[in-house]
Amino acid sequence: MMKEIRIHGRGGQGSVVTAELFAIAAFEDGKYSQAFPYLGGGGERRGAPVQAFARISDKPIRLRSKIHYPDYIIVQDLTLLENVNVFEGIKPGGLVLINTEKKVDGYDFPEDITIKTIPATKIALEVLGLPIMNTAIMGAFAAASGEIRIDSIIRAIKNRFPGALGEKNAVAAKTAYDMVLSSN
Amino acid sequence: MSKKAVIEGSMAVAEAVKACRPKVISAYPISPQTHIVEDLAKMIADKELDSTMVRVDSEFSAASVICGASATGVRAYTASSSQGLLLMTEVLFNTAGMRLPIVITGVNRTISAPITIQPDHQDTMTLRDAGLIQLYVENSQEAYATHIQAFKIAEDREILLPVMVCMDGWILTHSFEPVEIYDQELVDKFLPEYDPLYCLDPEKPITYGSYADNEVMEFRYMMQEAMERAKDKIQDVALEYKELFGEYYGGLIEEYRTEGADVIVVAMGSVLGTIKDAVDEMRENGQKVGAIKVRSYRPFPAEELYNAVKDASIIAVLDKSLSIGQGGPLATDTKAAFYNKKAPKVASFMAGLGGREVTKETIKNIVYKCKKALELNIVADMEFVDLRREII
Repeated sequence: MMKEIRIHGRGGQGSVVTAELFAIAAFEDGKYSQAFPYLGGGGERRGAPVQAFARISDKPIRLRSKIHYPDYIIVQDLTLLENVNVFEGIKPGGLVLINTEKKVDGYDFPEDITIKTIPATKIALEVLGLPIMNTAIMGAFAAASGEIRIDSIIRAIKNRFPGALGEKNAVAAKTAYDMVLSSN
Repeated sequence: MSKKAVIEGSMAVAEAVKACRPKVISAYPISPQTHIVEDLAKMIADKELDSTMVRVDSEFSAASVICGASATGVRAYTASSSQGLLLMTEVLFNTAGMRLPIVITGVNRTISAPITIQPDHQDTMTLRDAGLIQLYVENSQEAYATHIQAFKIAEDREILLPVMVCMDGWILTHSFEPVEIYDQELVDKFLPEYDPLYCLDPEKPITYGSYADNEVMEFRYMMQEAMERAKDKIQDVALEYKELFGEYYGGLIEEYRTEGADVIVVAMGSVLGTIKDAVDEMRENGQKVGAIKVRSYRPFPAEELYNAVKDASIIAVLDKSLSIGQGGPLATDTKAAFYNKKAPKVASFMAGLGGREVTKETIKNIVYKCKKALELNIVADMEFVDLRREII
């Protein structure tokens, strides 16, 4: 069974690194995985809406097209909802994880999906002292989806960012993970 | 110990090149090739690879440096894309004519204008007549394998031609997926140190590429003969690789579920992954569909391709480049290979130009069109797939 994750962020928010670390962590869990950026550089400017993609499967992954019908959507920046149809193609029963401290009741969400929010930027500011929230998002995704083990995510984070930086980011991921679990 | 990890496609290439121990690497940045030479530069700086990295002022120089290095009798490598490959063109024809066995990664990106960094095969396809062996790869693991095979093919004394490994930019170079990186000892066993037949040596002076009048035809004839011999060599080397590393990606072509197929999709590069998934789904619905990956574009596997598809009713050739004023080069060569033979019909599809996405649905649609063409007994010369007529 293949699961597909589409990440919506803004250039500079680490969408590609998030997809990459998902793929590394899922592989560590014994699965096949693939991660790739939106092809080309037109949207890679800082602040511009960007996408990154990850696939996780029990079988080797050959498919190379973008993810049009995701099981999971991650929204790194609430303001994207204003000008990008981030929900496009989400599968019935799919899960959307949004980084925000706010309530998201006012938005026009598709039916038959689950919305979860995580104050990832707030966690990042508290733990890292910087608004770099992608590692918190990763931890929240592990808890909300159950697709990737938190231990594997933490190991992937520490390998990617050696030393104190990795340790702090691991704390951010674990904090978000625990927060989502306790909210269930 | 070999290690398997999720790494970027560019890193898989850099790991393969490192294991081949080139003495000279030239580097000039252009997306989406740049990560490969960056990774190699880091390996050299970290003393994981003993090689001379030459940072040059242009791709013309990048090609010239490895041409010259190869003439001195050492293994040499570079990579480029798009306009960069075009700027190398003059040097690459020379390098092939001088029979210097360099290896280049042609990271596929289309050509300007309009300017874009999106991928298709327009860049490497312009070099098809240069005398380079061209091998197109489907995934990162095959890219790893094919670079190691490339040096062995190029340096064989029966061949002595440059090899260009063509891989789709972004789609492969910037994707992360599991790749097995093998032991240095295993690669050393497969690929011994380069032992040049000729090289520049002050003690035994020779000249490369000197003036010729009445010998040009003989030089071209010998290159053509070497290309013909390369057909066997490419297959032998792929089998040797399989023996030692346990992996096989096809020789000149790879057949996928072609047994009993009425419709066979023929293509090159990373799109084969998507095609194979689409073939599986169509097979599950009882459709007799198969696929063929053309791995070696030069030399062109006319005989192997014909034998693989001759019992099908129609083949769909998917080109990711256009010879403007003629059509898809892969389709054109395929049709030529079938001429004077009892062969299936050939439908030509132009897809993926400038990075236009090819999905499983695109492939199913192409197969549907082929079946319609059979029914009506009308096969169009060429069709642009998913053309946005509204903006023309």
